[in-house]
Amino acid sequence: MAKNEIPLWEVFIRPRNGLAHKHCGSVHAADEVMALQAARDVYTRRGEGVSIWVVPSAAIVASDPEHKDENFEPALSKVYRHPTFYKIPDDVGHM
Amino acid sequence: MEVSRDHLVTFLLRLADDHLILGHRLSEWCGHAPMLEEDLAMPNIALDLIGQARALYQYAGEVEGKGRSEDDLAYLRREREYLNCLMVERPNGDFAHTMLRQFYFSAFMHPFWEKASASTDETLAGIAAKAVKEVSYHVRHCGEWVIRLGDGTEESAARMKAAVEALAPYVDELFETDAVSEAVSKAGIAPAPASLRSSFDSTVQRVFAEAFLDMPETAWPQTGGRQGRHGEAMGYLLAELQHIQRTYPGAVW
Repeated sequence: MAKNEIPLWEVFIRPRNGLAHKHCGSVHAADEVMALQAARDVYTRRGEGVSIWVVPSAAIVASDPEHKDENFEPALSKVYRHPTFYKIPDDVGHM
Repeated sequence: MEVSRDHLVTFLLRLADDHLILGHRLSEWCGHAPMLEEDLAMPNIALDLIGQARALYQYAGEVEGKGRSEDDLAYLRREREYLNCLMVERPNGDFAHTMLRQFYFSAFMHPFWEKASASTDETLAGIAAKAVKEVSYHVRHCGEWVIRLGDGTEESAARMKAAVEALAPYVDELFETDAVSEAVSKAGIAPAPASLRSSFDSTVQRVFAEAFLDMPETAWPQTGGRQGRHGEAMGYLLAELQHIQRTYPGAVW
């Protein structure tokens, strides 16, 4: 079977209502219908979710690992971007 | 109308044996499927079937009242005492054969469980309510594969056609009527198999139309499974299924 007949799909599962879909892995499948079935069979065997998304892996645009430094390093020195300078009243409890 | 204990036990064993034997056949694919995704999908279906078989054996043992457990019934009977239809014991063949066999059986069981969930027998109604959700997925999963193989490459279409031809003689047995099925359907316990034919046919027609497959024609339908008369493949299947319990009687997990 030629490789392009069964492309790769990324799988996202929503564990519970109210939570976001989360990437959990990938499957090979001929089309979107089979990809959803494969995702159900591979990633929801133990009650992991209530909803599945599949996305063609080829449709994902990824950042270049070579640009890691210019993309992410400038953020490291800017601690004031973290909301850690506020006093939280005790009544609020765990945030 | 009351059903005799013998009839009810025979009915339950036929149903349980169908599920155990087909579940065992599917489990033979575990580790050998053409792709990882199917290597999980087929055992998933097998586990559904074996779960249904367990519930049915437990209930059959209870109704029989001779103290036989689900394991006794599953592992310690002789070949002639198994009452499954012949289709489920057919060897796996290639992936097209396996998918078509599963599609046929699921297309038959789906309306069966739907009707049985309103059974006058509470235990069976309970088993049916759970099974109907599982089998809906089996119909969908296998139907999609039948379509993709039938309407796929030259090679896959030829294999699917060969599967339709090979399994054609085993379809009619699913709908057989005899004293047992009549007694059980008259008592409102389970639908008469023949009454499920139109639903089965329309499911198969819908999928075959998309798959560019012709409906199977049968010159010589096979029969005998419900009376315990099996094909050559059955003995080998049982040898594998039973050998641990035969070698180490009472062995537990």
